[in-house]
Amino acid sequence: MDKLFLYLQYPFVRYAIIVGVLIALCSSLLGVTLVLKRFSYIGDGLSHVAFGAMAIAAVFNLTNNMLIVMPITIVSAVLLLRTGQNAKIKGDAAIAMISVGALAFGYLLMNIFPTSSNISGDVCSTLFGSMSILTLKGAEVWLCVILSVIVVVTFVLFYNRIFAVTFDENFAKATGTRTDLYNLIIAVITAVIIVLAMNLVGSLLISALVIFPALSAMKLFKSFKSVTICSAVLSVICALTGMIVSIVAGTPVGSTIVAADMIVFGICCLIGLVRGVNR
Amino acid sequence: MALLTVKDLTVGYGSQIVAENINFEVKAGDYLCIVGENGSGKSTLMKTLLGLQKPVKGEIIAGEGLRENEIGYLPQQTQVQRDFPASVREVVLSGCQGRGGFRPFYSAEDKKKASENMEKMGITDLAQKCYRELSGGQQQRVLLARALCATRKLLLLDEPVSGLDPKVTAEMYALISELHKEKVTIIMISHDIGTAVNYADHILHVGDNVFFGTRDEYLGSKAGKFFLMMQSRELDNPVMYKSRTTMKVKEDKDNG
Repeated sequence: MDKLFLYLQYPFVRYAIIVGVLIALCSSLLGVTLVLKRFSYIGDGLSHVAFGAMAIAAVFNLTNNMLIVMPITIVSAVLLLRTGQNAKIKGDAAIAMISVGALAFGYLLMNIFPTSSNISGDVCSTLFGSMSILTLKGAEVWLCVILSVIVVVTFVLFYNRIFAVTFDENFAKATGTRTDLYNLIIAVITAVIIVLAMNLVGSLLISALVIFPALSAMKLFKSFKSVTICSAVLSVICALTGMIVSIVAGTPVGSTIVAADMIVFGICCLIGLVRGVNR
Repeated sequence: MALLTVKDLTVGYGSQIVAENINFEVKAGDYLCIVGENGSGKSTLMKTLLGLQKPVKGEIIAGEGLRENEIGYLPQQTQVQRDFPASVREVVLSGCQGRGGFRPFYSAEDKKKASENMEKMGITDLAQKCYRELSGGQQQRVLLARALCATRKLLLLDEPVSGLDPKVTAEMYALISELHKEKVTIIMISHDIGTAVNYADHILHVGDNVFFGTRDEYLGSKAGKFFLMMQSRELDNPVMYKSRTTMKVKEDKDNG
């Protein structure tokens, strides 16, 4: 405990916790929609794209790699969600194709144009989320806060439409909802969340942050609203616990958070089972 | 001017034509049943009417002030919906979505409308229940209430009784007839010609021979006679419409 309070004295630890909580909140919001739309894997695909983009940014030696990572990821998200309706390449195949391609391309670039002597260290930290969350600068924290606020506000404003589009796209379209527009919004928000979350858990573990809270909440609750709220709460709790444990025990941040998510999912499964038996 | 006029319509996907030469019109208060064999283009026609896909040729003209978003739609169930965590109330309210304009939340009027329609469908006591835990018949009532939230003018029903047992099927048809009596225009897709003849006042038969006319004209027409004959032959012995309805439903259940 003393150790924890000692660490909390440092501003970079406080930054990390603020950013971590915000990212967890944002990523859980769209989780329900992505799981239900059968896009659980899209987070994974997009994060690999973001990894590729990160490599490009590193090669060009950009100081702020968000400038290049964000647009590339958003474009890929739009393309991926589009192909969901395209019969030529099925959604899952498209995701697999783009994600693996981007991953290979990114690693290739990093090797051909090495920016530091420790390539495998760089790659590992991008994939699994390093201590980079502890080295955030004030400006990055602000960027993260602003983007998170935008994501949350957009989600709340379009909540009813996102529900309509997720539940029954054809009905929504037939009764005059602009489903293409809302699918686009969902895609863009997803991309923003993923780029943000890369700082926290790294690109391989992002899917966990998106889908675990949603799946856990779906075991417990039965209305869309309660599932959404519950998954946000669970996600934030897991992120906080995960970060605190990782600070105290010195474990990697990303994987500790995901482990916390998994434990909560297990508990929720058990509760769901017990309830099911009692009914 | 009819509510909906369809002229020389050809429907299909891209270059692949599913059904052509479709001509019909729907007047306010009509009960039209679209029948045809599997793969004859019933569902494609319905999607085209709803504006979910573009017609290959021909046109669909809306009249009597019918706007594009004033068509209520009862779709066939999708896989996504079977495990969707949503309360009945949320699903019904989502029917009000199209009319909200840029307003992000539902108004008091929307909520009142949803309550009224739930009352009408007899699902008020289910309002807080989870949609995926309802029986097939209850789910259809929920979706019907949602469609009524979207419009009171024109309802398109896509195989409203598929997968339902005979008793619930009869209840569903009674419910639809009641709506029709309240001046809601109904277009229903069905592969069950027996019920179509029982309930609808107009019939559109899609397939090789397109037929459109009143129920009595249909029963006297070549397409109608042929179809009735084929359906009774499928079951080896000619049976009454009613019992065939039940057998059809059972078949659906086995297939689905």
